[in-house]
Amino acid sequence: MKARTREGIQGYSFMIPALIIIAVFTIVPIGYAIYLSFTRVNLLAGTFEWVGFGNYEIAFSDPRLRIALRNTVRYAVFVVPAQTFLALVMATVLNSGVKFERTFRTIFFLPTLTSSAALTMIFMFLFAVNGPVNGFLVEWGLLAAPINFVEDVNFALNTIMVMNVWSTAPLFMTIYLAGLQDVDKTLYEAAAIDGANAWKKFTKITIPNLVPVTNYVLLMGIIGTFQIFDQAFIISGGSGGPMNATLTVSLLIYQFAFQVRGTMGYASALAILLAILIFVVSMIAKRLNKEESLY
Amino acid sequence: MKKKWPRVFLYVILIIYAAITLYPFLWAVFASFKTYAEIVGGGLTLLPQNPTLNNYIHLFTRDENFVAWIWNSLYVAGFAAFLNVIFNSMAGYALARLSFPGKKSLFLLILALIMVPGQILLIPNFLIMRNIGLLDTHWSLILPSAINFAFIFMMRQFFINFPKDIEEAAAIDGLSRFQIFFRIVIPMARASVATQGIMSFLAVWNEFMRPLLYISSPRLFTLPLGLQMFNDLYTTHWNLVMAGSVITLIPILLLYIVLNKYFMQGFRVGGDK
Repeated sequence: MKARTREGIQGYSFMIPALIIIAVFTIVPIGYAIYLSFTRVNLLAGTFEWVGFGNYEIAFSDPRLRIALRNTVRYAVFVVPAQTFLALVMATVLNSGVKFERTFRTIFFLPTLTSSAALTMIFMFLFAVNGPVNGFLVEWGLLAAPINFVEDVNFALNTIMVMNVWSTAPLFMTIYLAGLQDVDKTLYEAAAIDGANAWKKFTKITIPNLVPVTNYVLLMGIIGTFQIFDQAFIISGGSGGPMNATLTVSLLIYQFAFQVRGTMGYASALAILLAILIFVVSMIAKRLNKEESLY
Repeated sequence: MKKKWPRVFLYVILIIYAAITLYPFLWAVFASFKTYAEIVGGGLTLLPQNPTLNNYIHLFTRDENFVAWIWNSLYVAGFAAFLNVIFNSMAGYALARLSFPGKKSLFLLILALIMVPGQILLIPNFLIMRNIGLLDTHWSLILPSAINFAFIFMMRQFFINFPKDIEEAAAIDGLSRFQIFFRIVIPMARASVATQGIMSFLAVWNEFMRPLLYISSPRLFTLPLGLQMFNDLYTTHWNLVMAGSVITLIPILLLYIVLNKYFMQGFRVGGDK
């Protein structure tokens, strides 16, 4: 056997486990998802009835989808800038030559590692009517009476937002820290000679030099927030309540796919639309960030 | 640099943020030693008034499934991590070191697939699991998580810079490609292997959505899904939620403290562009 042929066989035998898994659980499902989105699925009878663009047409007039979209966008519009800003500030503080930097970094990172299911349950009690957050707010006189943050229509989504900023900002902080280490130190020294203060250095050197990192952080943030599911599911027990206040697009997809009978095809269409939406929004964010970096 | 940031101000920010980070964890740990009545009583003291082990005793001796959930989580996450280490490394090695037809397109395909959002795959994967009879088995959690595109990429980068002469010497000694890979290459890639193993374990251990969709028998639940069982229609058993959460968090925190450098390396893989 020729050496080339032998190496080719070796190459594929090293690749084969990964290839099988990619084919069965990624490639085939992508095609399958597109097919499903054009059908009406009846799981019990095992029939897939072709409905063309029917599912997509329904989506554009579905009032619950509109609510879910509004919630998801509201969620992303608050969480993405908030966590990006917090991450940048904390990374800058950590990078300013403070003592115990490693210890602080190790502590800050904890929420990113831990199970969203366990953390959501813990937060549900921290923000409960008889939980410590209400306890402190009432004791310090900031609130007259406790607020039911978890079950009140006006607060349920905000509670998840706060929690998500708390738990994902540290990941982006680490990415910013790595980015900060690559910023040319001589720039700061030159600025110091010119008499620039800390704020000037932050806005004129740090932020412009971190634009590629910010790009990446925004992109990851958008992709993550648009897919928010675990927290919304757990806080509402899967219903998206109270009164659809925590109904996100992913949760709606789950409901149509696994709770409502006969709407799996429609859920697939929603999943495809969500993917397209994420892609478009990410591209816009990238473009905007590039234009801003020209200044 | 003459004028520095006021140092004290920086430490105040750091300490406040550390407190905000730690408070929910500390609260859960201390509450897990409180009685149900003390937790829902709304007291603000962190420390339990009458510390009790009852919540843990209940979970380990009286709850019919809790111990099974711990084993399920360990088994599923451990097995998935093991497969990830082997499969990702093999694929990364082939992409870096071996020349075979279609290599370049495969590599580009893997890079493109990193971008596909998981939501699209859930429904078709559910139907695929159902058709091949894996629904409500642990395989439905292990197999789709058995490889990771980002780590295949990481291993490829690692093996590209790996010195060739070691392998050549081994080949002269008559070792086959697989022997060289498992006996020589993998042991030398220890740090990358550890990073992948830990990160894969972490991801599967914390996973909520997949078990929710694929597993229906309470006996087969993993911990994140099992915790929801304490939140029934009428009441939430906060004492059990807190003890169960602490047990869910502990293995990860222990790994984090002991193997810190691998975590940092692992998150950098996600962070590099």
